[in-house]
Amino acid sequence: MRVGVVTFPGSNCDYDLYKAAQQIGAKVEFIWHRQKNLDAYDALMLPGGFSYGDYLRAGAIARISPVMEDIIGFAENGGPVLGICNGFQILCEAGLLPGALVRNASLRFESKDIHLRVEQTDTPFTSEYEKGQILRMPIAHGEGNYEADDQLLEELEVEGRVVFRYVSSDGELSDEANPNGSKNSIAGLTNKSGNVLGMMPHPERAMEEILGSIDGMGVFLSLATNLSTIVL
Amino acid sequence: MNHFRMEILVKPRPGILDPQGKAIHHALRSLGWSDTQDVRVGKAIYIDLEAEDSDTALETAQAMCRKILANPVTEDFEVSIVENAERITA
Repeated sequence: MRVGVVTFPGSNCDYDLYKAAQQIGAKVEFIWHRQKNLDAYDALMLPGGFSYGDYLRAGAIARISPVMEDIIGFAENGGPVLGICNGFQILCEAGLLPGALVRNASLRFESKDIHLRVEQTDTPFTSEYEKGQILRMPIAHGEGNYEADDQLLEELEVEGRVVFRYVSSDGELSDEANPNGSKNSIAGLTNKSGNVLGMMPHPERAMEEILGSIDGMGVFLSLATNLSTIVL
Repeated sequence: MNHFRMEILVKPRPGILDPQGKAIHHALRSLGWSDTQDVRVGKAIYIDLEAEDSDTALETAQAMCRKILANPVTEDFEVSIVENAERITA
């Protein structure tokens, strides 16, 4: 499995993501935002950070990078694309995922561990989890408040595209457990065909017991399992 | 070609939560402006450009808004020409 980690000026979780993908046996390469031709990769990952200083809107400038055109083509051909945090914001700005991520309702940069409930396991990123499983992993963002109109929210719910939701440690939905004010407590969602996942929490920072959690590993293990199935 | 100073107002769409506006609203009320009903915060972008005429300048600025300056999910925009504008850069 060859994974490309797309790096923009201002990305800062690129090495974490590189390490996480390596940990599940992938051959990983960094892809600079000016690179063209992504044919060599089986999966692409867009890391967290503050691409272009979050100027204009988080992800707004990054999505016009030269590499984005090929990322869109890769996704449209069914290639798995994972965007985490700023990567999620970029995927929304690029139109690969619907909706937008706006300022946290708290107005604060939220940096802490949160709990997620796995809502869908029929995606290439979550097949190794159990439906309803509660995960603990960090968030670190100022603009993670998922915004969508009622029509889009209904579409996402009906089509089962909400993959992760913020919940309390015992799996309950509540305003207190929603760290940024996201509509329907949405923490992660996929595109229509399910091969593009965006999420605000950081699974790549929950890969080592010594760092507090290994709950993020399922995202990468799922991808490895699904890609090896496709290749064989 | 003529010189135009464009003023672009990017505003949070109605119904979209604007936490920044909320915080400023609280601040204004605590300073004694208790009649303040609501505060919304957007941004103003000024662009100097060369265009054939004012219609073309407006169209260009609107295209910029649609392409990148505003996010249609959360923001509306308004474009106008600043009359008698001095150039920003020499």
